[in-house]
Amino acid sequence: MAAAEGSGVGGAAKPLFAGLSDVSISEDIPVEGEITVPVGSQSPDEDYSTLDEPVRDTIMRDLKAVGKKFVHVMYPKKSSALLRDWDLWGPLVLCVSLALMLQDGSADSKDDGGPQFAEVFVIIWFGAVVITLNSKLLGGTISFFQSLCVLGYCVLPLTVAMLVCRLVLLAGSGTVSFIVRLIVVIAMFGWSTLASTAFLADSQPPNRKALVVYPIFLFYFVISWMILTFTPQ
Amino acid sequence: MAAADDLKFQEFDDAANLLAANPDATTISIDEPSAVPKNKHSHLQQSGREEDDELLGTDDSDKTELLAGQKKSAPFWTFEYYQTFFDVDTYQVLDRIKGSVFPVPGKNFVRLYIRSNPDLYGPFWICATLVFAIVVSGNLSNFFIHLGKPTYHYVPEFRKVSIAATTIYAYAWLVPLALWGFLMWRNSKVMNIVSYSFLEIVCVYGYSLFIYIPTAILWIIPQKVVRWVLVMFSLCLSGSVLVMTFWPAVRDDNRRIALATVGTIVLLHALLAVGCLAYFFDAPELDFPTPNIPAHNGTTVITKIQ
Repeated sequence: MAAAEGSGVGGAAKPLFAGLSDVSISEDIPVEGEITVPVGSQSPDEDYSTLDEPVRDTIMRDLKAVGKKFVHVMYPKKSSALLRDWDLWGPLVLCVSLALMLQDGSADSKDDGGPQFAEVFVIIWFGAVVITLNSKLLGGTISFFQSLCVLGYCVLPLTVAMLVCRLVLLAGSGTVSFIVRLIVVIAMFGWSTLASTAFLADSQPPNRKALVVYPIFLFYFVISWMILTFTPQ
Repeated sequence: MAAADDLKFQEFDDAANLLAANPDATTISIDEPSAVPKNKHSHLQQSGREEDDELLGTDDSDKTELLAGQKKSAPFWTFEYYQTFFDVDTYQVLDRIKGSVFPVPGKNFVRLYIRSNPDLYGPFWICATLVFAIVVSGNLSNFFIHLGKPTYHYVPEFRKVSIAATTIYAYAWLVPLALWGFLMWRNSKVMNIVSYSFLEIVCVYGYSLFIYIPTAILWIIPQKVVRWVLVMFSLCLSGSVLVMTFWPAVRDDNRRIALATVGTIVLLHALLAVGCLAYFFDAPELDFPTPNIPAHNGTTVITKIQ
C-alpha cells in the first residue's frame, strides 16, 4: 500500500488536489437568489412595549387567557390553544381554591381527618409531575409544561364539584345530600378525565395510549375521593 | 483524474489480498451461537433436569442475553436511559399482569414474560393503585361496619395514605434489593445456573402485588371468614409465582439455605397481606344482643363482644 502510494506520487510529482482550483460552475447552471439583510425597521421602540401599558391591561390580558382556557376545558374540542400557550396560573388558582375548600374537614384528632392544605397541594402537583414524566418516558411528544398545564386546568370540573358539594352540605348531610354529591362528583370526574385525555391522547404512541390514560384516571379518582369524603365538622 | 486512484478505499482490497497471500491464516467467523452444546452439557451433568430447559427458555436465552447487552447503551444521566425501562406496549403489560395472576406450573415468569425487557411501569403503577385501593377500601369497609352506631362520626382517615404508601413501596423496592444482594452473595459462593438482575426482581415483585388489588376491594365485605379465604387464595396465587421464579435461582445451593430463602419470600408476602388487613380494616364486630342484666346497685350493663 505504501509502495503504491509512493509510486503514484513519484510518477505524478504534483499534490493530490491540484486540479480542484480549476473547477468552476459553468454558465448554463443559473445561480440566483437574494442575499439581503433585512433592514431593522422594527426597532424595539416602535413595537408596542408592554412595559408602558396600564397595569389593568396586563392583568386583564392574563385573566382573559386563563378564562379562555377554562372555556376550552369545559367544552373540550380538538383545539390546540391549551397546548400552544401554556400557563400555570390557572392550575395554581384551581389547586389553591380546591385545597382551601377542603379545609375544615378534620376530625377531633388531626390524624384521622381529611387532607391538610399541604397534602392536597402536594398530591395535585406531584401527581401531575409524575403523570407527565410517565407519559414522556413512554414516548410521548408533548412537552413537560404543556402536560402540566393540561392536567392542572382539567381539575376545573372537580373544583366546581367541590363548590357544589359544600353548598349541598350547607343544606344538610343526610342520605339525599350524599346521593346528590355522589352523582355530581362522578359526573365531574368523568368530565375531567375525558377532557384531559382529549387533549393528551394524541401525543402518545398509538399502542401505549391505555398506559398513559390509566394514571390520569387514577389521579382524578384520588381527587374525587378527597372531594366526596369531605365531611364538615 | 490521476488522483482518483489514491482516493479509492483500500480496506476491502487488503483483506482479500491478505487472505489470498496467506490462506492458512485462522479466521474467526461470528454467527449465531447454537444451543446444542449447552443442552448436551447439561444433559451430561444432570439427567433429571428436563424442567430446566422450560424454565430457562434455552431456545432463545442466548439471543436475549446478547440483546440485553446491546439495549441499554445510553449513559445513565440521559433521559433515554430511563426510557428503556418504559419500553412496553399495552398488550405486554396486560400479558405480564395475566402471567402474575394465573401461574402456569413449570413456567418461569421472568423467562416467559419479561424476557430481558424489565419495565418499571408495572411495578410503580401497580403499587400506586394498591396504595389507594387499600386506603379507599379500608375507609369504605369501616364506614359500613360502624354505620348504624349513634356515636360514630365518619372520618376520611387521610393520614393512612402516607402510611400505606411507605409500606407498599418499601416492600416493593427494599425486599427485592435485599433478595438481589443475597442472591449475588450466594452466586459468588455457589455457581448458579440462573441469576436475575435487580430490575427483573423488582418487576416480578411489582407484578406479583397485582392480585392484592381485587383482594383489597373484596375485603370491604365485613365477614372474617371471607377475608381470610381471600388472603389465602391471593397468597397462594402470587406466592406460587414468586416461588416458581426464585426456586431455580437457589436450587443449586445448600438445601437448607434454598428452603430458607423461598420460605422467607413467602413469609414476607404473607406478612404484607395480613398486616394490611389488620391495620387498615377494622374487625367486623359481632354484636350479641344480650338482655339487660340488673347489677347489684341497679345500673344496667350491656356487653358487647368484639
